[in-house]
Amino acid sequence: MAYASDAPKDGFRPSMLIYDTRYRGYTIQFIVLLLFALFVAWLLNNTLENLAAKGRTFNFGFLWSRAGYDIEQTLVPYTNDNSHFRAWMVGLANTLAVAIPGCILATIVGVIVGVLRLSKNWLIARLMTVYVEIFRNIPLLLWILMIFVPMRELTYEPRDFRVTDEMIAAGQEPAASMWFNDSVAISTRGINAPLPLFDRPLGSLNLGGVSVNLTFLAALVIVLGSVWVNRQIRARAQRVQESTGVRPTTWWQSVLVLTLPFIAFLLATGFHLEYPTLTRFNFSGGILLQHSYTALLIALVLYTGAFIAEIVRGGILAISRGQTEASYALGLRPGRTMSLVILPQALRVIIPPLISQFLNLTKNTSLGIAVSYLDLRGTLGGITLNQTGRELECMLLMMLNYLILSLMISSVANIYNRSIQLKER
Amino acid sequence: MKTSVFLGTIAASALLAGAASAQATLEAVKARGELICGSNTGLTGFGAPDANGEWKGFDVSLCRALAAAVLGDATKVQFVPTTGETRFTSLASGEVDVLIRNSTWTFTRDTELAFDFVSVNYYDGQGFMVKKDLGVSSAKELDGATVCIQTGTTTELNLADFFKANNMSYTPVNVADDSEAAAQYLAGACDTYTTDASGLAASRATMADAANHIILPEIISKEPLGPVVRHGDNNWGDIVRWTQYALVMAEELGITAANVEEVAASTTNPEVRRLLGLEGDMGVKIGLDNDFAKRAIMAGGNYGEIFEANIGSSTPIGLARGLNALWTQGGLQYAPPFR
Amino acid sequence: MQTLSYVRTEMLPQQPAPLGERGAAKWLRENLFSGPVNTIMTLLALYVIYLIIAAITPWLLNGVWNASSLSECRAIIAAAAGEGASGACWAVINERWHQWLFGFYPQDQYWRPTLAFVLLFVAIAPVLFDRVPKQLLWFTLIYPALCFWLLWGGSVWGPIVAMIGFVVLAIVYRLAQPLIGISPAAGAGVVAAILWWLFLDVPAVNLLAGLADLQLQPVRSSDFGGFLLAITIGVTAISFSLPIGILLALGRQSDMPIVKLLSVGFIEFIRGVPLITLLFTASLLLQYFLPPNTEFDIILRVIILVTLFAAAYLAEVIRGGLAALPRGQYEAADALGLDYWRAQRLIILPQALKISIPSIVSTFIGLFKDTTLVSFVGLLDPLRGVTNVVRADINWKGIYWEPYIYVGALFFIICFGMSRYSMYLEQKLKTDHR
Repeated sequence: MAYASDAPKDGFRPSMLIYDTRYRGYTIQFIVLLLFALFVAWLLNNTLENLAAKGRTFNFGFLWSRAGYDIEQTLVPYTNDNSHFRAWMVGLANTLAVAIPGCILATIVGVIVGVLRLSKNWLIARLMTVYVEIFRNIPLLLWILMIFVPMRELTYEPRDFRVTDEMIAAGQEPAASMWFNDSVAISTRGINAPLPLFDRPLGSLNLGGVSVNLTFLAALVIVLGSVWVNRQIRARAQRVQESTGVRPTTWWQSVLVLTLPFIAFLLATGFHLEYPTLTRFNFSGGILLQHSYTALLIALVLYTGAFIAEIVRGGILAISRGQTEASYALGLRPGRTMSLVILPQALRVIIPPLISQFLNLTKNTSLGIAVSYLDLRGTLGGITLNQTGRELECMLLMMLNYLILSLMISSVANIYNRSIQLKER
Repeated sequence: MKTSVFLGTIAASALLAGAASAQATLEAVKARGELICGSNTGLTGFGAPDANGEWKGFDVSLCRALAAAVLGDATKVQFVPTTGETRFTSLASGEVDVLIRNSTWTFTRDTELAFDFVSVNYYDGQGFMVKKDLGVSSAKELDGATVCIQTGTTTELNLADFFKANNMSYTPVNVADDSEAAAQYLAGACDTYTTDASGLAASRATMADAANHIILPEIISKEPLGPVVRHGDNNWGDIVRWTQYALVMAEELGITAANVEEVAASTTNPEVRRLLGLEGDMGVKIGLDNDFAKRAIMAGGNYGEIFEANIGSSTPIGLARGLNALWTQGGLQYAPPFR
Repeated sequence: MQTLSYVRTEMLPQQPAPLGERGAAKWLRENLFSGPVNTIMTLLALYVIYLIIAAITPWLLNGVWNASSLSECRAIIAAAAGEGASGACWAVINERWHQWLFGFYPQDQYWRPTLAFVLLFVAIAPVLFDRVPKQLLWFTLIYPALCFWLLWGGSVWGPIVAMIGFVVLAIVYRLAQPLIGISPAAGAGVVAAILWWLFLDVPAVNLLAGLADLQLQPVRSSDFGGFLLAITIGVTAISFSLPIGILLALGRQSDMPIVKLLSVGFIEFIRGVPLITLLFTASLLLQYFLPPNTEFDIILRVIILVTLFAAAYLAEVIRGGLAALPRGQYEAADALGLDYWRAQRLIILPQALKISIPSIVSTFIGLFKDTTLVSFVGLLDPLRGVTNVVRADINWKGIYWEPYIYVGALFFIICFGMSRYSMYLEQKLKTDHR
């Protein structure tokens, strides 16, 4: 008696590559791979032919020649005598300078707005709805322009801040004045703010071409250290409370631990603020935040924030109403219910779409082109490309850059996502 | 849902186009029956479409003269707006036949980028505009100033060189296009705006308070602006070059759009006769017919007429001829002899 | 007997609720001033609204609708509202409104894009609404050719003959499918269609055009601009990207490692770079990747790149739809003995696509907004492209807010409408599945 489960022991025939589902997969994959390889070969061949026809070569040597142009915002030291490579790094730093604070601020805005959209206050809920709908349905490009232009049109020029002798004599006030006790100036050029400086800096450490500022590093270590010690103190107080029922007074210890070492550090390094002062044309000294930077950042934050708000609202609505009721039954106030019960659970629904919003924000930094913010696209893919005429090399490098950035963000976010997902055992 | 009808069209048009641009540019233009001219995305006075979508301007007029010379019809031009970044690529890729778009003739562009600058239709130079009440009368006093620059051009390099040479510092504000740069400057986002002097004059002319702005005397660079063609097609380069020179020559000889027919009928001057195709075989030598110069002149007038109509002192832009006067009047516009 | 009644025989008239518990007062108290925090927020919100209104109202009230230049506008405002008053100069919109809508499309031909736009709704109606007769799907199939002919003009035979390529594909597929199976037959159909387009298309058009012809005035792509351009790019890209997106999504779910790897690689690459770099690729790099001396116009190049971009996003949307189907559907299809393509076509895709429609609409909204970026490669998008052209006119140089408000309002109306529709669909589909 033959069992039906035994497959017929046929020999392999070539026609099985098409008709037999066991082998068809290999045929299809082979054909796909072949077509793909042909396609890539065709592209490469075309590229080589085109390069030859235009008398161009494909090399990155131009990156080491003198850039010759200036960039307004340089987080990496740069002058026009530096190479195009350095200009590219400046651009990359500028992109990150928008992307990283942008992601953080957009999340904050998004969470607040998402929660407020569900507020019982009718006016606030409506206002937030209007905000979300307006920002989601109008192109980001327009928002960048709409935020940038008033910053430049409604502020005063630096010379309007000037107080001349005649004005003092006539008892006139200047048209504009600085904010916060003459420390911050908001002019048509940008926002000038005080810059922290150290008289006795700790110097910097050169790690493989990247110089690390030891002063800031030390400050970071001290802050983290104080926070850690403070947590130890509170944990101890908790233990005492659990064993004796009486919580020892620790607030003064916390205050001391959190402030004293940092103040000591500031005194030791000679910390002071460099205030912006008005010179012949501009404010000099301090930090200058260009309006193009500020506007791009604000527009990206508000635009992405509107999308995140919808994600957050969806996440909160996805949590069953019973959770809120149970939390009220435990006597938690609405604010704590939100922060301790609802949001942590909603987070699991929120995180995956949030990651893609972070990616969008990072990619959208390239719209800085609209306000002439010199980011990665503005330097490497803009002026450098233009001055050297190396479209192929510059564009490929730029795409690679964005790709790596995107992959980094999504992998970091995915690790976090995995750590907060429900562990089903 | 919808399926693609384009694909076939794309494939077919790609093949056709491929076949077309393998020929010399002149044949391609004639076969197409239309000249494709790379133009500005909109620069007052030099090239911008009006309310009806009709392109007008100084550079545009040269395109039209060229179309008239090659195709016999000044309206057979398609204008492809190009940005500072895309202009050379669209010329190199054959998307446009000629680029007449305020492009500065430089060594690198002429050699490494493999283009030919065939002539100069406007001699320009980079200048500075400041507000009068800033109290600056020379560019040398701009140490520490904030400067608005248009990116993607030679101006940013000139600017860096100028400040370096004079041992001064500045804060750049890089702006993508001309109208945006002017807006930045007006709002006070920078102390001075630098670009080609013609552009400064055009911007100043349209400001509500033009009297409050002055253009500083220093011209910090040479900006010979002219039509650009691809390297290697010398015949096409000759056609563009001599069309432009025919216009200059016409001004020199006093031939205008209005009197060209009359002059052609009555003249005995051998040079005029050669220019207007009554004598010799000038047009045939460059692959056109002998009337090419006559048609080019009739399209929009001679060089002087084009200048006056688009950017000259009778227009709101009000540029003086300056360097662009004929060599006989102390300028640089000089056409080699037609013989 | 005494008739004492302790039960009241007549009812007191109902009292109105206390003043604080009814009408506007109650609503105000509950919704706006229910606690100190809410009160503060309400007052803050009112203040913000006041600031916005106070800033904008005079400008709007002083608006001028009829003037021929910005300086004339300024003069009228100064005369009407006094020196130094600011006001909107809507005259620029009044004079140039059509350029933001149609770009430089010939003015006497405006009926063509308008008709194409109206017909677009007829064509997508059977897909989006249930109540529309399904026979209209035939119109959906021929719509692309019709739309192409309406917009670009020329001989009517061009698009028709190109469409015949698909008929060839279908016929070859039908004939070959019983003989050699689905995938090879589909391959043969595609090859036949490509052969048709490459070798028979042009002669056939010439032949038919010689016999009888229906011509529309040809319009060049470079004359397209404004919302016409944005909608053309957006709609073409999203409809072309749908089949590609479906294939990519299936590829990503596939058991075949190479197919899966290529699909994932493509999707992640496209999603990892900004659209603007893809647009620059269209304008700067495509010339390197195509055979020497190939050229076709920038709008087609942009459409191709935007299509690839949309395809990667749609693939992820459809993947979501596929993942949302219960496992049982796949198993049921297998149990019925359907092969892969039949199972996809008859069981999986109809359901997966249906639940993906809201997300597809959202993707389209995003894409539509992103079409504004084409101005960076020199195309006349409504936001910056046309606005710059208008500002280059010496009469309107210096105009700033009015075009942006006009364009922004149009974008808002279109996108808001679509997002409302997608929410309505979402609600409708939700009830279907619960």
